[in-house]
Amino acid sequence: MSSNLNVNTGSNTTVSPGGLPSRRNTELAMLIFAVLIPVFAYANVGLAKEGELPAGMLGYGLGLGLLAGVGHLVVRRWAPYADPLMLPIATLLNGLGLVLIWRLDQEPSITTPELGGAMAPGQLMWSTLGVALFLGVLIFLKDHRVLQRFTYISMVVALVLLILPIFFPARNGARIWITLPGIGSLQPGEFAKIIIAIFFAGYLMVKRDALALASRRFMGLYLPRGRDLGPILAIWGLSLMILVFETDLGTSLLFFGLFVIMLYVATERTSWVVFGLLLSSAGAVAVASTTSHVEDRVNNWLDPLAHASNDGVTETAQAMFSFGSGGMLGSGLGQGLSRLIGGIAPKSDYILATVGEELGLAGLMAILVLYGLLVERGMRTALAARDPFGKLLAVGLSGAFALQVFVVAGGVTGLIPLTGMTMPFLAQGGSSVIANWALIAILLRISDTARRPAPAPAPSPDAEMTQVVRP
Amino acid sequence: MNKPLRRVAIFCGLLVLALLVRVNWVQFVQADELANHEDNRRVKIDRYAQPRGNILTSDGKSITGSKETGGTDFKYKRTFKDGKLWAPVTGYASQAFGASQLEKLYDGILTGDDDRLFFNRTIDMLTGKPQKGGNVVTTLNSKAQKAAFEGLGDKKGAVAAIDPQTGAVLALATTPSYDPSSFAGSSDEDAEAWAALQKKENPDEPMLNRALRQTYPPGSTYKLVTAAAALESGDYSLDGKTDSPDPYQLPQTTGDPLGNDGNHPGCKDGSIRVALQWSCNTVFAKISDDLGNEKMQEMSQKFGYGEDKLDIPVRAAESVYPEDNRPQNAMAGIGQASNRATPLQVAMFASAIANDGKLMKPYMVDKLVAPNLNVVEQTNPEEMGQPVSPENAQKLQEAMETVVEKGTGKTAQIPNVKVGGKTGTAQHGENNSKNPYAWFVSYAKGEDGSSPVAVAVVIESSSTARDEIAGSKLAAPVAKGVMEAILEEKK
Repeated sequence: MSSNLNVNTGSNTTVSPGGLPSRRNTELAMLIFAVLIPVFAYANVGLAKEGELPAGMLGYGLGLGLLAGVGHLVVRRWAPYADPLMLPIATLLNGLGLVLIWRLDQEPSITTPELGGAMAPGQLMWSTLGVALFLGVLIFLKDHRVLQRFTYISMVVALVLLILPIFFPARNGARIWITLPGIGSLQPGEFAKIIIAIFFAGYLMVKRDALALASRRFMGLYLPRGRDLGPILAIWGLSLMILVFETDLGTSLLFFGLFVIMLYVATERTSWVVFGLLLSSAGAVAVASTTSHVEDRVNNWLDPLAHASNDGVTETAQAMFSFGSGGMLGSGLGQGLSRLIGGIAPKSDYILATVGEELGLAGLMAILVLYGLLVERGMRTALAARDPFGKLLAVGLSGAFALQVFVVAGGVTGLIPLTGMTMPFLAQGGSSVIANWALIAILLRISDTARRPAPAPAPSPDAEMTQVVRP
Repeated sequence: MNKPLRRVAIFCGLLVLALLVRVNWVQFVQADELANHEDNRRVKIDRYAQPRGNILTSDGKSITGSKETGGTDFKYKRTFKDGKLWAPVTGYASQAFGASQLEKLYDGILTGDDDRLFFNRTIDMLTGKPQKGGNVVTTLNSKAQKAAFEGLGDKKGAVAAIDPQTGAVLALATTPSYDPSSFAGSSDEDAEAWAALQKKENPDEPMLNRALRQTYPPGSTYKLVTAAAALESGDYSLDGKTDSPDPYQLPQTTGDPLGNDGNHPGCKDGSIRVALQWSCNTVFAKISDDLGNEKMQEMSQKFGYGEDKLDIPVRAAESVYPEDNRPQNAMAGIGQASNRATPLQVAMFASAIANDGKLMKPYMVDKLVAPNLNVVEQTNPEEMGQPVSPENAQKLQEAMETVVEKGTGKTAQIPNVKVGGKTGTAQHGENNSKNPYAWFVSYAKGEDGSSPVAVAVVIESSSTARDEIAGSKLAAPVAKGVMEAILEEKK
């Protein structure tokens, strides 16, 4: 991945022999950038829109700096060997997300009381809660292997979280929300993503040998035994159920992809990937041909500029116009017209359209590369982890993150049909930002364990008894 | 577990790579297409982000304007001064419904986006000034335009006036008209005003530019072309008797013979001068038949017929003299049957004759002016052709002047001014069932003998009883008003 980094750490091996520098100072230096860049972006919006520095700039900068600072100190104290890149990247993305949402709050047409008014203050609060959860995980989760104990509890919790939204009304055609009176609405799918990764990691760690070895050969593929197949078919069924009842293409794709990836890593068998892809495409085709919601999305994808049924311009088309109008360098923060997408979509699902229009191709690519970097740091953590559970959990979490980024960004830019998910850290949405901070915390915990110098081997009781006979 | 892990890491990298390729495709390869797509509201928002340049009359008066709206998307809105009067010239520029005619053709100049204004734009950008649009200076004469529009009044019709020596359009009026200001914005009221002007709601089609875009049977005004063809053939002279019976039995027919309105005795064997003076159908139908379809078509084309890309710069509809059988060709020779011409085309008859046979290409935009008053583009008069020789043109002038002095066109007489004209009453509808079209085409001569104005007037229908309808009564006074306005200016 990064040869630079390897040179700096002085090691090419993924499993560290110990005695590595902690890299905390690197993290601190990058965190300073990660705070300064959004603060400058904030100033930029103010100067572009009003011609003066925005009033809240100092408070915002201090707030973001404080969150990053506390995060850094906690990592320094409780996870000193953790990966130095993940916290700065997450902080930068979260900070830019806040600026973008605040910038869109400046557009009166999409910040009416009916649409929920200004959203940046709420998002800042959710981000604070997210960082608090991040700190909590780092402080109280001393070792990620503790999570292994909760394998089956995780399964139950994940199932409950996934099924809950069915009982709540649909929004924008997708049933992915639960509404708690007094608190607001939550997207349980975001949390389920982490919890289900814990379940898969625990389950697969136990079953991997059975799945990998006890299989029959059929047409060149190793087919699993029926009893091993059970849970897989259950997950497949569940994904389809989510798709049908919650009309949430993104989440089901995410879970199925997550399971295929983890299964493949656990068993090292390509046949599982083939098997998984066959199942998922069969399900997708079956559902797409029966659900009108999915059909609409696919039609929008095939012809993004087509007019809506009332001859209006669709959100999809508006987003494409945003990207196109941004061009190479963009219009500059605060000077784009992504508000034309309408509603709250520019702040949530379509936040990348604002990035594309105002920061241009250059800015959008930078953001995508940041996501890529975060994902690959997670993958590296999985490679470096010393225990199978840690490996599986890390690859699951970063794989899920990667899939989510791909599904959302691909959907918004018209690479694949659009699905209702949010861009991690960037988009407006409390559940998403909280869950993703927790995800980063777990990855940091795994990487800390992986890079921590191995404790000096305990004196073995056998040592005394074994005598070396020298000639 | 590390081997599949590495593969998964590569797979995730490929996902991000796919996204990067996609955003390059959208924001680089497709960027221009998307940025300028017709559904992309940014195009309109940019168009109305600064005051639009103006459209001016020949004497430099602006007939358009811009005003601040205070709206969220569109900062400025197009306004039209005396919109109904000038709508056939300017067209419209609406936030909701796009633009037409000059507003559309010169959008780049008016918004300042035109490539030729690049230098201006760059200077403005460097000095921090907002972008400014340029102006479009037309050839139209405000007094003539006013005379034309007011002359038509509440009747349905059109006027086209051109300067025979240059082809510059002096007046271009049509009634009923519309006020483009009424739907220049994007509110619900604008949408209602727009809907009310559409053909579906309004059978009078106020948004139809009759002077340029509507073709009519030219009726007796076409006899000028038939006369020109006769003289050019060399077989006829201005005052020589023609061998034509009255009434005239159309060739290859057995039905009622063709007669003359008013049954003037001079029509039998009448000379071309007399036949024009009393608008004898019999004489010209026979001439048309004697010359034949091919020659008639040829002469029509020399006068501008069959030109489907006549851009002045707004495109005029094509006037048609069809290929036809003998009786139809005879009728087409008196401006009936399938003979169709725009009012502009009819004005071009008089224009060519008044300019001693030389037809100038009509144009209505004099120059395009940059915001710093530099001329970006200047239109130079252009010759379209020479349909008749100068001698024959002068003979036709004599005949047309006879029409006004002592023929059917007396109502167009102006004291102390030499006016030549021709009336027309074109039949319309099955068996002449609808009100006929009243035509008058004329030119006026200045003191030096050259003509500064040729004008054609058509009035489609009127509440006047049908036997009274004649170009002379309805159309000639309108033409007279336009000619007077121009002559006044020349003094």
